[in-house]
Amino acid sequence: MRILKLLIFLLALVPVALLAWRAMAGELSANPIKDITEETGIWTLRFILLTLTITPLRKISGWAPLARFRRMIGLFAFFYGSLHFVTYIYLDQFFVLDEILRDVVKRPFITVGFAAFVTMIPLALTSPNRVAKWMGGKRWRLLHRLVYFTALGGVIHYLWLVKADTQRPLMYGGILVMLLAYRLWDYVRSHRIAEKSHSRIEANPA
Amino acid sequence: MLIKQADELHPSEITPENVYLNRRTFIRIASAAGIGLASSAVFPHLLDSQDRWPQGKKGPYDVSEEVNKFKDITTYNNFYEFGVDKGDPAENSGSFHPKPWTVHIEGEIKKPATYNLDDILKLSKIEDRIYRHRCVEGWSMVIPWRGFPLADLIKRVEPTSKAKYVTFETIYRPEEMPGQKRSVLEWPYVEGLRMDEARHPLTLLAVGLYGKDLLNQNGAPLRLVVPWKYGFKSIKSIVRIKFVEKEPQTTWNLLAPNEYGFYSNVNPDVDHPRWSQKTERRIGDFLKRKTLMFNGYGDLVSGMYTGMDLKKNF
Repeated sequence: MRILKLLIFLLALVPVALLAWRAMAGELSANPIKDITEETGIWTLRFILLTLTITPLRKISGWAPLARFRRMIGLFAFFYGSLHFVTYIYLDQFFVLDEILRDVVKRPFITVGFAAFVTMIPLALTSPNRVAKWMGGKRWRLLHRLVYFTALGGVIHYLWLVKADTQRPLMYGGILVMLLAYRLWDYVRSHRIAEKSHSRIEANPA
Repeated sequence: MLIKQADELHPSEITPENVYLNRRTFIRIASAAGIGLASSAVFPHLLDSQDRWPQGKKGPYDVSEEVNKFKDITTYNNFYEFGVDKGDPAENSGSFHPKPWTVHIEGEIKKPATYNLDDILKLSKIEDRIYRHRCVEGWSMVIPWRGFPLADLIKRVEPTSKAKYVTFETIYRPEEMPGQKRSVLEWPYVEGLRMDEARHPLTLLAVGLYGKDLLNQNGAPLRLVVPWKYGFKSIKSIVRIKFVEKEPQTTWNLLAPNEYGFYSNVNPDVDHPRWSQKTERRIGDFLKRKTLMFNGYGDLVSGMYTGMDLKKNF
Protein backbone atom coordinates (compact mmCIF):
# COMPACT_ATOMS: atom_id res chain seq x y z
CA MET A 1 0.00 0.00 0.00
CA ARG A 2 2.77 2.39 0.93
CA ILE A 3 4.56 1.63 -2.31
CA LEU A 4 1.39 2.32 -4.27
CA LYS A 5 0.97 5.62 -2.47
CA LEU A 6 4.56 6.55 -3.23
CA LEU A 7 4.06 5.63 -6.86
CA ILE A 8 1.00 7.79 -7.17
CA PHE A 9 2.79 10.62 -5.37
CA LEU A 10 5.63 10.48 -7.89
CA LEU A 11 3.23 10.21 -10.82
CA ALA A 12 1.38 13.29 -9.63
CA LEU A 13 4.64 15.22 -9.72
CA VAL A 14 5.29 14.34 -13.36
CA PRO A 15 3.31 17.25 -14.87
CA VAL A 16 5.23 19.89 -12.93
CA ALA A 17 8.53 18.08 -13.49
CA LEU A 18 7.90 17.96 -17.24
CA LEU A 19 6.90 21.60 -17.26
CA ALA A 20 10.06 22.64 -15.41
CA TRP A 21 12.20 20.55 -17.74
CA ARG A 22 10.60 22.02 -20.85
CA ALA A 23 10.98 25.53 -19.46
CA MET A 24 14.67 25.06 -18.76
CA ALA A 25 15.30 23.34 -22.10
CA GLY A 26 13.70 26.25 -23.91
CA GLU A 27 10.98 23.97 -25.23
CA LEU A 28 8.06 26.15 -24.24
CA SER A 29 6.48 28.41 -26.82
CA ALA A 30 7.40 32.00 -27.58
CA ASN A 31 5.20 32.94 -24.64
CA PRO A 32 6.50 30.72 -21.82
CA ILE A 33 4.64 32.52 -19.03
CA LYS A 34 1.36 31.87 -20.79
CA ASP A 35 2.32 28.20 -21.22
CA ILE A 36 3.14 27.83 -17.52
CA THR A 37 -0.12 29.52 -16.55
CA GLU A 38 -2.14 27.26 -18.84
CA GLU A 39 -0.35 24.02 -17.90
CA THR A 40 -0.63 24.58 -14.15
CA GLY A 41 -4.24 25.61 -14.62
CA ILE A 42 -5.33 22.58 -16.60
CA TRP A 43 -3.63 20.21 -14.15
CA THR A 44 -5.39 21.92 -11.26
CA LEU A 45 -8.70 21.19 -12.93
CA ARG A 46 -7.68 17.64 -13.76
CA PHE A 47 -6.66 16.88 -10.19
CA ILE A 48 -9.86 18.40 -8.83
CA LEU A 49 -11.89 16.15 -11.10
CA LEU A 50 -9.67 13.17 -10.26
CA THR A 51 -10.37 13.78 -6.58
CA LEU A 52 -14.08 13.68 -7.33
CA THR A 53 -13.65 10.41 -9.24
CA ILE A 54 -12.32 8.47 -6.28
CA THR A 55 -15.54 7.98 -4.36
CA PRO A 56 -17.57 6.80 -7.39
CA LEU A 57 -14.71 4.47 -8.35
CA ARG A 58 -14.56 3.10 -4.83
CA LYS A 59 -18.28 2.45 -4.69
CA ILE A 60 -18.46 0.89 -8.13
CA SER A 61 -15.37 -1.27 -7.76
CA GLY A 62 -15.92 -2.03 -4.10
CA TRP A 63 -12.19 -1.51 -3.54
CA ALA A 64 -12.24 0.42 -0.25
CA PRO A 65 -8.50 1.30 -0.08
CA LEU A 66 -9.08 3.79 -2.90
CA ALA A 67 -10.32 6.22 -0.27
CA ARG A 68 -6.82 6.53 1.12
CA PHE A 69 -5.63 8.25 -2.04
CA ARG A 70 -8.27 10.93 -2.05
CA ARG A 71 -6.50 13.26 0.32
CA MET A 72 -3.24 13.10 -1.59
CA ILE A 73 -4.90 13.72 -4.94
CA GLY A 74 -6.87 16.58 -3.43
CA LEU A 75 -3.73 18.15 -2.01
CA PHE A 76 -2.10 17.89 -5.41
CA ALA A 77 -5.02 19.83 -6.83
CA PHE A 78 -4.25 22.48 -4.24
CA PHE A 79 -0.55 22.26 -5.15
CA TYR A 80 -1.16 22.88 -8.84
CA GLY A 81 -3.74 25.52 -7.99
CA SER A 82 -1.18 27.34 -5.88
CA LEU A 83 1.38 27.16 -8.69
CA HIS A 84 -1.23 28.54 -11.08
CA PHE A 85 -2.14 31.31 -8.66
CA VAL A 86 1.48 32.27 -7.95
CA THR A 87 2.25 32.28 -11.69
CA TYR A 88 -0.58 34.72 -12.16
CA ILE A 89 0.23 37.12 -9.32
CA TYR A 90 3.97 37.00 -9.90
CA LEU A 91 4.84 36.33 -13.52
CA ASP A 92 1.76 37.99 -14.92
CA GLN A 93 1.09 40.81 -12.50
CA PHE A 94 4.44 41.16 -10.71
CA PHE A 95 2.79 41.39 -7.31
CA VAL A 96 1.20 44.73 -8.16
CA LEU A 97 -1.61 44.46 -5.65
CA ASP A 98 -4.01 47.07 -6.98
CA GLU A 99 -3.79 45.64 -10.51
CA ILE A 100 -4.54 42.20 -9.11
CA LEU A 101 -7.46 43.45 -7.04
CA ARG A 102 -8.84 45.32 -10.04
CA ASP A 103 -8.64 42.14 -12.10
CA VAL A 104 -10.34 40.08 -9.41
CA VAL A 105 -13.17 42.57 -9.12
CA LYS A 106 -13.64 43.51 -12.78
CA ARG A 107 -12.82 40.35 -14.71
CA PRO A 108 -15.47 37.69 -14.12
CA PHE A 109 -13.25 34.81 -15.13
CA ILE A 110 -10.62 35.91 -12.63
CA THR A 111 -13.23 36.50 -9.94
CA VAL A 112 -14.53 32.98 -10.25
CA GLY A 113 -11.03 31.50 -10.59
CA PHE A 114 -9.87 33.32 -7.50
CA ALA A 115 -12.97 32.23 -5.60
CA ALA A 116 -12.40 28.62 -6.64
CA PHE A 117 -8.83 28.80 -5.39
CA VAL A 118 -9.95 30.31 -2.10
CA THR A 119 -12.34 27.40 -1.52
CA MET A 120 -9.37 25.04 -1.72
CA ILE A 121 -7.58 26.71 1.19
CA PRO A 122 -9.81 25.50 4.06
CA LEU A 123 -9.89 22.07 2.44
CA ALA A 124 -6.10 21.91 2.40
CA LEU A 125 -5.83 23.24 5.96
CA THR A 126 -8.29 20.67 7.33
CA SER A 127 -6.76 17.72 5.50
CA PRO A 128 -4.54 16.34 8.32
CA ASN A 129 -6.05 13.52 10.40
CA ARG A 130 -5.61 15.44 13.63
CA VAL A 131 -7.59 18.40 12.35
CA ALA A 132 -10.33 16.19 10.97
CA LYS A 133 -10.63 14.47 14.34
CA TRP A 134 -10.79 17.76 16.17
CA MET A 135 -13.51 18.94 13.79
CA GLY A 136 -15.53 15.82 14.02
CA GLY A 137 -16.58 13.73 11.02
CA LYS A 138 -19.88 15.44 10.43
CA ARG A 139 -18.50 18.98 10.31
CA TRP A 140 -15.50 17.87 8.28
CA ARG A 141 -17.68 16.20 5.67
CA LEU A 142 -19.88 19.27 5.45
CA LEU A 143 -16.90 21.58 4.95
CA HIS A 144 -15.44 19.34 2.30
CA ARG A 145 -18.57 19.61 0.22
CA LEU A 146 -16.91 22.90 -0.80
CA VAL A 147 -15.00 20.87 -3.38
CA TYR A 148 -18.12 20.86 -5.57
CA PHE A 149 -17.89 24.63 -5.74
CA THR A 150 -14.16 24.41 -6.41
CA ALA A 151 -14.82 22.14 -9.37
CA LEU A 152 -17.68 24.24 -10.69
CA GLY A 153 -15.64 27.43 -10.29
CA GLY A 154 -12.72 25.84 -12.12
CA VAL A 155 -14.83 24.83 -15.10
CA ILE A 156 -16.53 28.23 -15.33
CA HIS A 157 -13.16 29.98 -15.00
CA TYR A 158 -11.91 27.98 -17.98
CA LEU A 159 -15.08 28.53 -20.00
CA TRP A 160 -15.03 32.29 -19.45
CA LEU A 161 -11.41 32.78 -20.51
CA VAL A 162 -11.37 31.01 -23.89
CA LYS A 163 -11.86 33.24 -26.92
CA ALA A 164 -13.84 31.00 -29.20
CA ASP A 165 -13.12 27.33 -28.63
CA THR A 166 -15.49 26.25 -25.88
CA GLN A 167 -15.05 22.57 -26.73
CA ARG A 168 -12.42 21.82 -24.09
CA PRO A 169 -13.96 23.62 -21.12
CA LEU A 170 -17.34 22.12 -21.98
CA MET A 171 -15.74 18.69 -22.07
CA TYR A 172 -14.44 19.14 -18.52
CA GLY A 173 -17.84 20.49 -17.59
CA GLY A 174 -19.39 17.34 -18.99
CA ILE A 175 -17.11 15.18 -16.87
CA LEU A 176 -18.04 17.20 -13.80
CA VAL A 177 -21.73 16.81 -14.58
CA MET A 178 -21.31 13.04 -14.79
CA LEU A 179 -19.42 12.91 -11.49
CA LEU A 180 -22.10 14.99 -9.78
CA ALA A 181 -24.89 13.01 -11.44
CA TYR A 182 -23.42 9.81 -10.02
CA ARG A 183 -23.42 11.30 -6.54
CA LEU A 184 -27.00 12.46 -6.92
CA TRP A 185 -28.11 9.03 -8.12
CA ASP A 186 -26.18 7.37 -5.31
CA TYR A 187 -27.77 9.67 -2.73
CA VAL A 188 -31.28 9.09 -4.03
CA ARG A 189 -30.70 5.35 -4.14
CA SER A 190 -29.35 5.09 -0.60
CA HIS A 191 -32.10 7.39 0.63
CA ARG A 192 -34.73 5.05 -0.86
CA ILE A 193 -33.06 2.01 0.75
CA ALA A 194 -33.08 3.79 4.10
CA GLU A 195 -36.76 4.61 3.62
CA LYS A 196 -37.61 1.02 2.79
CA SER A 197 -35.83 -0.37 5.84
CA HIS A 198 -37.54 2.24 8.06
CA SER A 199 -40.96 1.36 6.77
CA ARG A 200 -40.24 -2.33 7.27
CA ILE A 201 -39.24 -1.71 10.89
CA GLU A 202 -42.40 0.35 11.44
CA ALA A 203 -44.57 -2.40 9.97
CA ASN A 204 -42.88 -5.00 12.18
CA PRO A 205 -41.99 -3.25 15.40
CA ALA A 206 -41.02 -6.53 16.99
CA MET B 1 9.18 33.06 -57.30
CA LEU B 2 11.74 35.82 -56.90
CA ILE B 3 10.65 38.78 -54.83
CA LYS B 4 12.30 41.82 -56.39
CA GLN B 5 14.50 43.80 -54.02
CA ALA B 6 14.09 47.56 -53.74
CA ASP B 7 17.83 48.10 -54.33
CA GLU B 8 19.52 45.70 -56.72
CA LEU B 9 23.28 45.47 -57.02
CA HIS B 10 24.97 45.27 -60.38
CA PRO B 11 27.35 42.35 -60.73
CA SER B 12 30.10 44.81 -61.77
CA GLU B 13 30.02 46.32 -58.27
CA ILE B 14 30.99 43.06 -56.64
CA THR B 15 34.65 42.71 -55.72
CA PRO B 16 35.93 39.60 -53.95
CA GLU B 17 37.59 41.53 -51.09
CA ASN B 18 34.27 43.21 -50.27
CA VAL B 19 32.31 40.05 -50.19
CA TYR B 20 32.63 39.53 -46.47
CA LEU B 21 30.19 36.96 -45.30
CA ASN B 22 27.69 39.31 -43.74
CA ARG B 23 24.56 37.23 -44.08
CA ARG B 24 22.26 39.83 -45.56
CA THR B 25 24.87 41.26 -47.88
CA PHE B 26 25.65 37.78 -49.15
CA ILE B 27 21.98 37.14 -49.86
CA ARG B 28 21.55 40.45 -51.64
CA ILE B 29 24.60 39.89 -53.82
CA ALA B 30 23.60 36.35 -54.61
CA SER B 31 20.11 37.30 -55.67
CA ALA B 32 21.42 40.15 -57.81
CA ALA B 33 23.44 37.57 -59.67
CA GLY B 34 20.19 35.66 -60.12
CA ILE B 35 21.11 32.74 -57.94
CA GLY B 36 19.20 33.78 -54.83
CA LEU B 37 17.10 30.67 -54.70
CA ALA B 38 20.00 28.41 -55.59
CA SER B 39 22.16 29.86 -52.83
CA SER B 40 19.43 29.42 -50.27
CA ALA B 41 19.39 25.77 -51.24
CA VAL B 42 23.17 25.43 -51.20
CA PHE B 43 23.67 27.43 -47.99
CA PRO B 44 20.38 26.90 -46.12
CA HIS B 45 22.01 27.27 -42.74
CA LEU B 46 22.84 30.88 -43.49
CA LEU B 47 19.17 31.78 -43.82
CA ASP B 48 17.98 29.53 -41.00
CA SER B 49 20.49 30.85 -38.49
CA GLN B 50 19.47 34.41 -39.24
CA ASP B 51 17.16 34.67 -36.27
CA ARG B 52 17.28 38.44 -35.94
CA TRP B 53 16.27 40.89 -38.64
CA PRO B 54 18.51 43.94 -38.31
CA GLN B 55 17.01 46.45 -35.89
CA GLY B 56 16.54 50.06 -36.74
CA LYS B 57 14.29 52.37 -38.68
CA LYS B 58 14.95 52.31 -42.37
CA GLY B 59 11.77 53.80 -43.71
CA PRO B 60 9.24 56.32 -42.37
CA TYR B 61 6.84 53.55 -41.36
CA ASP B 62 9.34 51.35 -39.52
CA VAL B 63 9.54 51.09 -35.75
CA SER B 64 12.89 51.06 -34.05
CA GLU B 65 12.12 48.41 -31.41
CA GLU B 66 13.85 45.04 -31.46
CA VAL B 67 12.44 42.70 -34.08
CA ASN B 68 11.20 39.33 -32.82
CA LYS B 69 12.97 36.12 -33.70
CA PHE B 70 11.97 34.36 -36.90
CA LYS B 71 11.34 31.21 -34.91
CA ASP B 72 8.86 32.95 -32.63
CA ILE B 73 7.05 34.73 -35.46
CA THR B 74 6.62 31.46 -37.32
CA THR B 75 5.70 29.13 -34.44
CA TYR B 76 3.44 31.28 -32.26
CA ASN B 77 0.38 31.93 -34.36
CA ASN B 78 -3.37 32.36 -34.17
CA PHE B 79 -4.69 30.83 -37.38
CA TYR B 80 -7.68 28.75 -36.37
CA GLU B 81 -7.99 27.33 -39.89
CA PHE B 82 -5.11 25.09 -38.81
CA GLY B 83 -6.11 24.54 -35.18
CA VAL B 84 -6.71 26.67 -32.13
CA ASP B 85 -3.45 26.20 -30.25
CA LYS B 86 -0.52 28.53 -30.88
CA GLY B 87 1.70 25.77 -32.21
CA ASP B 88 -1.00 24.25 -34.44
CA PRO B 89 -0.57 26.44 -37.54
CA ALA B 90 3.14 25.60 -37.82
CA GLU B 91 2.44 21.91 -37.15
CA ASN B 92 -0.66 21.44 -39.26
CA SER B 93 -0.12 23.64 -42.31
CA GLY B 94 2.40 21.38 -43.99
CA SER B 95 -0.02 20.10 -46.60
CA PHE B 96 -1.37 23.52 -47.55
CA HIS B 97 -0.47 24.59 -51.09
CA PRO B 98 -0.20 28.36 -51.45
CA LYS B 99 0.60 28.09 -55.13
CA PRO B 100 -0.98 28.41 -57.62
CA TRP B 101 -3.09 31.20 -56.13
CA THR B 102 -5.76 33.45 -57.52
CA VAL B 103 -7.49 36.48 -56.02
CA HIS B 104 -10.89 37.73 -57.18
CA ILE B 105 -11.01 41.50 -57.05
CA GLU B 106 -14.60 42.64 -57.49
CA GLY B 107 -17.45 44.84 -56.37
CA GLU B 108 -17.74 48.59 -56.77
CA ILE B 109 -14.72 49.00 -59.06
CA LYS B 110 -14.27 49.82 -62.72
CA LYS B 111 -12.21 46.72 -63.52
CA PRO B 112 -13.28 43.61 -61.62
CA ALA B 113 -11.01 40.69 -62.48
CA THR B 114 -9.35 37.55 -61.29
CA TYR B 115 -5.64 37.99 -60.65
CA ASN B 116 -3.02 35.37 -60.08
CA LEU B 117 -0.35 36.04 -57.52
CA ASP B 118 2.31 37.15 -59.99
CA ASP B 119 -0.07 39.75 -61.44
CA ILE B 120 -0.71 41.13 -57.99
CA LEU B 121 2.99 41.43 -57.27
CA LYS B 122 3.40 43.47 -60.43
CA LEU B 123 0.99 46.11 -59.14
CA SER B 124 3.60 47.86 -57.03
CA LYS B 125 7.13 47.89 -55.66
CA ILE B 126 7.78 45.39 -52.87
CA GLU B 127 9.32 46.81 -49.74
CA ASP B 128 10.24 45.77 -46.19
CA ARG B 129 8.39 47.29 -43.24
CA ILE B 130 9.09 46.73 -39.55
CA TYR B 131 5.70 46.88 -37.81
CA ARG B 132 4.31 46.26 -34.35
CA HIS B 133 1.70 43.52 -34.22
CA ARG B 134 -0.70 43.47 -31.26
CA CYS B 135 -2.98 40.52 -30.64
CA VAL B 136 -6.29 41.14 -28.93
CA GLU B 137 -5.30 38.48 -26.40
CA GLY B 138 -2.63 40.76 -24.95
CA TRP B 139 0.67 39.76 -26.54
CA SER B 140 2.61 41.53 -29.25
CA MET B 141 5.54 41.19 -31.61
CA VAL B 142 7.63 43.32 -33.95
CA ILE B 143 7.63 41.83 -37.42
CA PRO B 144 9.60 42.72 -40.57
CA TRP B 145 6.91 42.32 -43.21
CA ARG B 146 7.56 42.33 -46.94
CA GLY B 147 4.83 43.61 -49.24
CA PHE B 148 3.32 46.67 -50.82
CA PRO B 149 0.69 49.24 -49.83
CA LEU B 150 -2.89 48.14 -50.41
CA ALA B 151 -3.43 51.70 -51.63
CA ASP B 152 -1.47 50.86 -54.79
CA LEU B 153 -3.81 47.98 -55.59
CA ILE B 154 -6.83 50.15 -54.89
CA LYS B 155 -5.58 52.84 -57.24
CA ARG B 156 -5.14 50.30 -60.05
CA VAL B 157 -8.62 48.79 -59.78
CA GLU B 158 -10.35 52.19 -59.76
CA PRO B 159 -13.11 52.02 -57.18
CA THR B 160 -16.36 53.87 -57.96
CA SER B 161 -17.94 56.45 -55.68
CA LYS B 162 -20.08 53.69 -54.21
CA ALA B 163 -17.04 51.95 -52.75
CA LYS B 164 -17.06 52.88 -49.06
CA TYR B 165 -15.51 49.72 -47.61
CA VAL B 166 -13.16 46.96 -48.69
CA THR B 167 -13.85 43.39 -47.66
CA PHE B 168 -11.46 40.44 -47.65
CA GLU B 169 -12.03 36.72 -47.59
CA THR B 170 -9.73 33.85 -46.63
CA ILE B 171 -9.65 30.65 -48.66
CA TYR B 172 -11.95 27.84 -47.65
CA ARG B 173 -10.08 24.57 -48.14
CA PRO B 174 -10.85 22.15 -45.29
CA GLU B 175 -8.93 19.30 -46.96
CA GLU B 176 -5.73 21.26 -46.41
CA MET B 177 -6.83 23.35 -43.42
CA PRO B 178 -7.94 20.84 -40.78
CA GLY B 179 -9.23 23.50 -38.40
CA GLN B 180 -11.94 24.37 -40.89
CA LYS B 181 -13.53 20.99 -40.35
CA ARG B 182 -14.89 22.37 -37.06
CA SER B 183 -17.05 25.46 -36.82
CA VAL B 184 -15.08 27.11 -34.07
CA LEU B 185 -15.44 30.22 -36.25
CA GLU B 186 -17.69 30.64 -39.26
CA TRP B 187 -15.74 29.84 -42.40
CA PRO B 188 -14.54 31.37 -44.63
CA TYR B 189 -12.89 34.03 -42.46
CA VAL B 190 -13.89 37.54 -43.52
CA GLU B 191 -12.65 40.99 -42.62
CA GLY B 192 -13.07 44.57 -43.77
CA LEU B 193 -11.75 48.09 -43.63
CA ARG B 194 -13.19 51.52 -44.25
CA MET B 195 -11.89 52.99 -47.52
CA ASP B 196 -9.66 55.56 -45.83
CA GLU B 197 -8.18 52.83 -43.61
CA ALA B 198 -7.61 50.65 -46.68
CA ARG B 199 -5.94 53.49 -48.54
CA HIS B 200 -3.74 54.45 -45.61
CA PRO B 201 -0.01 54.19 -46.39
CA LEU B 202 0.50 51.88 -43.41
CA THR B 203 -1.95 49.26 -44.69
CA LEU B 204 0.07 46.54 -46.36
CA LEU B 205 -0.61 43.55 -48.55
CA ALA B 206 2.17 41.26 -47.37
CA VAL B 207 3.75 38.40 -49.30
CA GLY B 208 6.70 37.76 -47.04
CA LEU B 209 8.47 38.36 -43.79
CA TYR B 210 12.13 38.22 -42.78
CA GLY B 211 13.00 38.59 -46.42
CA LYS B 212 11.32 35.33 -47.39
CA ASP B 213 7.97 34.26 -48.75
CA LEU B 214 5.26 33.89 -46.15
CA LEU B 215 5.14 30.48 -44.54
CA ASN B 216 1.74 28.80 -44.49
CA GLN B 217 1.24 29.51 -40.79
CA ASN B 218 1.68 33.25 -41.41
CA GLY B 219 -0.99 33.45 -44.08
CA ALA B 220 0.70 32.39 -47.31
CA PRO B 221 0.81 33.54 -49.97
CA LEU B 222 -0.97 36.87 -49.45
CA ARG B 223 -2.25 38.57 -46.32
CA LEU B 224 -3.24 41.94 -44.94
CA VAL B 225 -1.30 43.88 -42.32
CA VAL B 226 -3.06 46.70 -40.47
CA PRO B 227 -0.66 47.48 -37.63
CA TRP B 228 -2.80 49.93 -35.63
CA LYS B 229 -5.57 47.41 -35.19
CA TYR B 230 -5.73 44.13 -33.30
CA GLY B 231 -4.09 41.29 -35.17
CA PHE B 232 -7.27 39.45 -36.12
CA LYS B 233 -8.05 42.28 -38.59
CA SER B 234 -4.90 41.33 -40.53
CA ILE B 235 -6.63 38.59 -42.49
CA LYS B 236 -4.53 35.80 -43.94
CA SER B 237 -4.46 33.74 -47.18
CA ILE B 238 -6.70 36.15 -49.09
CA VAL B 239 -8.70 34.93 -52.11
CA ARG B 240 -11.22 37.73 -52.50
CA ILE B 241 -11.08 41.50 -52.22
CA LYS B 242 -14.49 43.12 -52.71
CA PHE B 243 -15.39 46.81 -52.65
CA VAL B 244 -18.77 47.46 -51.03
CA GLU B 245 -21.08 50.23 -49.96
CA LYS B 246 -22.10 49.13 -46.47
CA GLU B 247 -20.01 48.27 -43.43
CA PRO B 248 -19.29 44.56 -43.82
CA GLN B 249 -19.61 41.65 -41.41
CA THR B 250 -16.39 40.41 -39.89
CA THR B 251 -15.81 36.92 -38.48
CA TRP B 252 -14.92 37.73 -34.86
CA ASN B 253 -17.71 40.26 -34.68
CA LEU B 254 -20.12 37.57 -35.85
CA LEU B 255 -18.92 35.29 -33.07
CA ALA B 256 -19.04 37.83 -30.24
CA PRO B 257 -20.37 41.25 -31.27
CA ASN B 258 -19.88 42.76 -27.82
CA GLU B 259 -16.22 41.69 -27.72
CA TYR B 260 -14.86 42.31 -31.24
CA GLY B 261 -15.92 45.43 -33.10
CA PHE B 262 -15.53 46.43 -36.71
CA TYR B 263 -12.81 48.97 -35.99
CA SER B 264 -10.84 47.09 -33.29
CA ASN B 265 -8.26 49.83 -33.06
CA VAL B 266 -5.63 49.07 -30.44
CA ASN B 267 -6.77 51.14 -27.47
CA PRO B 268 -5.56 50.80 -23.87
CA ASP B 269 -8.60 52.74 -22.68
CA VAL B 270 -11.15 50.34 -24.11
CA ASP B 271 -10.95 46.98 -22.42
CA HIS B 272 -12.12 43.72 -23.86
CA PRO B 273 -15.24 42.81 -21.83
CA ARG B 274 -13.38 39.92 -20.24
CA TRP B 275 -9.83 41.23 -19.88
CA SER B 276 -7.90 44.47 -19.72
CA GLN B 277 -6.11 45.98 -22.74
CA LYS B 278 -3.95 48.32 -20.70
CA THR B 279 -0.82 46.21 -20.92
CA GLU B 280 0.65 43.62 -23.23
CA ARG B 281 3.38 41.03 -23.17
CA ARG B 282 5.94 41.64 -25.94
CA ILE B 283 7.05 38.17 -26.92
CA GLY B 284 10.60 37.72 -25.67
CA ASP B 285 10.20 40.17 -22.78
CA PHE B 286 9.78 39.12 -19.18
CA LEU B 287 8.05 42.26 -17.97
CA LYS B 288 4.82 43.49 -19.47
CA ARG B 289 4.62 46.85 -21.16
CA LYS B 290 1.96 49.54 -21.47
CA THR B 291 -0.18 49.24 -24.56
CA LEU B 292 0.02 52.27 -26.82
CA MET B 293 -2.95 54.07 -28.34
CA PHE B 294 -3.37 52.85 -31.93
CA ASN B 295 -0.44 50.52 -31.21
CA GLY B 296 1.90 53.51 -31.31
CA TYR B 297 0.76 54.69 -34.75
CA GLY B 298 -1.42 57.47 -33.37
CA ASP B 299 0.22 60.37 -35.18
CA LEU B 300 -0.21 58.53 -38.47
CA VAL B 301 -3.77 57.28 -38.03
CA SER B 302 -5.67 59.18 -35.33
CA GLY B 303 -6.81 61.71 -37.93
CA MET B 304 -9.13 59.09 -39.41
CA TYR B 305 -11.02 58.85 -36.14
CA THR B 306 -11.39 62.43 -34.89
CA GLY B 307 -14.83 62.99 -33.50
CA MET B 308 -15.53 59.26 -33.27
CA ASP B 309 -16.52 57.78 -29.94
CA LEU B 310 -13.91 55.03 -29.75
CA LYS B 311 -15.70 53.28 -26.89
CA LYS B 312 -18.83 52.91 -28.98
CA ASN B 313 -16.96 52.21 -32.19
CA PHE B 314 -14.60 49.73 -30.66
